[in-house]
Amino acid sequence: MLDYITSYLSDTVKVTPGQVGNVFWIVVYIFIVFGGVSVAVIAMNWLERKALAHFQIRLGPMRVGPHGLLQPIADALKLFTKEDIIPSAADKLVFWIAPLIILCASFTTYIVVPFGPTHAITDLNIGILFMLGVSSLSVLGVVMAGWASNSHYPLIGALRSSAQMVSYEIAMGLAVVSAVLMTSLNAAGTGTLSMIGIVRAQQAQHVWFLFKFFPLGLIAFVIFAIAMIAETNRAPFDLPEAESELTAGFHTEYSGLRWSLFMLGEYAAMIAVSSIAVTLWLGGWMRPFPNALTGDTWDAVFSLFPGLTFLGLAAICFVGVARMPKHPYFRVQTIGLAGFGAVLGLIGLVLFAPPVRDRIQDIYWFVAKVGVFMYLYIWYRATFPRYRFDQLMKVGWKVLLPIALGVLIATAVWGVLV
Amino acid sequence: MTDATKYLSHLELGEPDKTFLDSNELIINMGPQHPATHGVLRVILKLDGEKVLGTECVIGYLHRGVEKIAEHRTYTMFNPYVDRMDYVAAVSNGLGYCEAVEKLLNIEAPPRANYIRVILTELNRLASHQLWLGTHALDIGAMTPLFYTFRDREEILKIFEKYCGARLTTHAFRIGGCLYETYDGFERDVKKFIDSAPSKIDEYEELLTTNRIWVERTKGVGTISAKDCIALGVTGPVLRASGVKWDLRKAQPYAAYRDFDFEIPIGESGDTYDRYLVRMQEMRQSLRILEQAVGKIPEGPIMAKVPKVMKPPVGEIYHSIEAPKGELGYFIVSDGSTQPYRVRVRPPSFVNLQALDIMVRGQLVADVIAVIGTLDIVLGEVDR
Repeated sequence: MLDYITSYLSDTVKVTPGQVGNVFWIVVYIFIVFGGVSVAVIAMNWLERKALAHFQIRLGPMRVGPHGLLQPIADALKLFTKEDIIPSAADKLVFWIAPLIILCASFTTYIVVPFGPTHAITDLNIGILFMLGVSSLSVLGVVMAGWASNSHYPLIGALRSSAQMVSYEIAMGLAVVSAVLMTSLNAAGTGTLSMIGIVRAQQAQHVWFLFKFFPLGLIAFVIFAIAMIAETNRAPFDLPEAESELTAGFHTEYSGLRWSLFMLGEYAAMIAVSSIAVTLWLGGWMRPFPNALTGDTWDAVFSLFPGLTFLGLAAICFVGVARMPKHPYFRVQTIGLAGFGAVLGLIGLVLFAPPVRDRIQDIYWFVAKVGVFMYLYIWYRATFPRYRFDQLMKVGWKVLLPIALGVLIATAVWGVLV
Repeated sequence: MTDATKYLSHLELGEPDKTFLDSNELIINMGPQHPATHGVLRVILKLDGEKVLGTECVIGYLHRGVEKIAEHRTYTMFNPYVDRMDYVAAVSNGLGYCEAVEKLLNIEAPPRANYIRVILTELNRLASHQLWLGTHALDIGAMTPLFYTFRDREEILKIFEKYCGARLTTHAFRIGGCLYETYDGFERDVKKFIDSAPSKIDEYEELLTTNRIWVERTKGVGTISAKDCIALGVTGPVLRASGVKWDLRKAQPYAAYRDFDFEIPIGESGDTYDRYLVRMQEMRQSLRILEQAVGKIPEGPIMAKVPKVMKPPVGEIYHSIEAPKGELGYFIVSDGSTQPYRVRVRPPSFVNLQALDIMVRGQLVADVIAVIGTLDIVLGEVDR
């Protein structure tokens, strides 16, 4: 075991994920990734409420912790302690299993997400296929939840969501295929479905697939970006849980812990599909301009970003401390915010240390790119009204699907010609 | 006889238990507890999948017997009760009631009072339309306009609060005029609001008017023809969106509306989008009226000579005004005593709600929500 740790820390030997006999690191990564995703979901929860509030000229959570930082934890505690209600008419077993399926489906996808060339739980050679397959299993959980509730609104919500997820998956899949086609544009002419392989192909071709065969890559990416919102049931495609129509759609009858599992699954799925988009079109873990701005100087400059980001966050915290009202009522909050800032600052300083810096860089860029998508999710939610069911189907089948098919064919033709 | 039925016939299975899953038709109860029925409206929906086969409104969950209460109160005492009907347009309710009783008593409010009444009523119309826009957009899924409209509605409510101490159920007018003189800076506050409002309305329109999803969700949804509107007695912006140029402020001018120059915006197709446009235009027209009114409030008394004990002569009166939601009428029967013999209110929301069924038949569940929003009903007024 110690050998693994030392081999990881030494500069010469790089451990590749998915190697035979590398069980130790797989277990370690499982814990890190799943813990990290859970923390990200909590952070996302806070961020969404805060950002949405600021879009809507509100303050959002302000009371629990400085600027509501502890609000998600308070919410989680509240949900855990709520009474567990199963409607008497519900199918208890199915009702019980449904949230677990959604949760498992969205968390299992992280097995193949490459946070860096060596930072992944495993590197399946059918990675992208696995990811699409597993993430589409969550529709099963939605249907089961809707059916088991034995109630009208959840049933309609479940029907809507199954139809929606199935139809958007096709456009999504076609967009993915066109990106996979691009990986085969090398001397050997062999493409790959491996998530790490796809990023390596972008590295080898010196271009993000977003800009490959411009504008084909861009169109495929946009199709995927639209389909992934529909896939995760988020605004403006949040019909299955349309609050104003179906009260809460498929999880109307759920409360407390079970409901929070749905939420956890939904946010985890959002991050998962965003990481597919990042891997396929935005160069995965690669830093910006890996080929244009080369050399040790640029490497050094870009490797400072993680530390600088954390120092920036710490600075924001300290500005918040300075602006906090000088009243005894706010003393605990001020100290808390200062402490939080200090922790962030310390992390930032640690990230400047060369060995850490080199290892953390890939993860940093990957997370930063995924973060952009997360912000877009919130932005859409604040801006768009909700589509109607038939319009949603129309967009899926009559607009996205033909375009995706066209892009796929055009990509193939262009690839052959080039 | 197929093999399967032959095999099963001796079992005498009989009909399986019928549940809602066995039929194509689905009966859904929307409300009275539902986030989008604007209070406690209960709509029983008959659905085929997502398609609406028919609706039935069940009302009365907010019934407080306002009309009955009137029979046991003096004319003055009943005045605050009318504010509780359409609580988002309380000023309009009060105006209608006060003018009806004034007609019955054969007195007339002084011009200054009438101008104050017009200003407050138009501010209230803006507030009511803003609330409609926010909730309507929220029902269709756009969250953000709600907060913008509430931010701007707050300015109006602040003016109300400064004027009469109340924000929502204002009881701003009295029979014979107004009780309160305008406070110092009233005109300045209103002017400030008029100056800032157009850009705010532009802001809402920017979010919605050309928004593709908004247009798709509202165009051709809940269409109602002018003929149907008139047959059902539908009034207000719903009627005007169907192309009928009918506004009581122009048709039977009351208060001081004769003095102002404004237009009646009308729509063409009578769908939800047209109703949205009509109301947005109406907000701008209200600003126009306010602009003309606020500069030239005449000097003079604000209260006419009203008898201490009001005993209207035996008779009956029907007086209606253009409330933000449509024609708000009061039918008052006097038996010569201090209390009305009967007060019947013609609430616009109640009458407009009738149109729900023909507007949503054959459309989808999501459209029911859009149409309830576009009808702009307030359940306090529907049930009274």
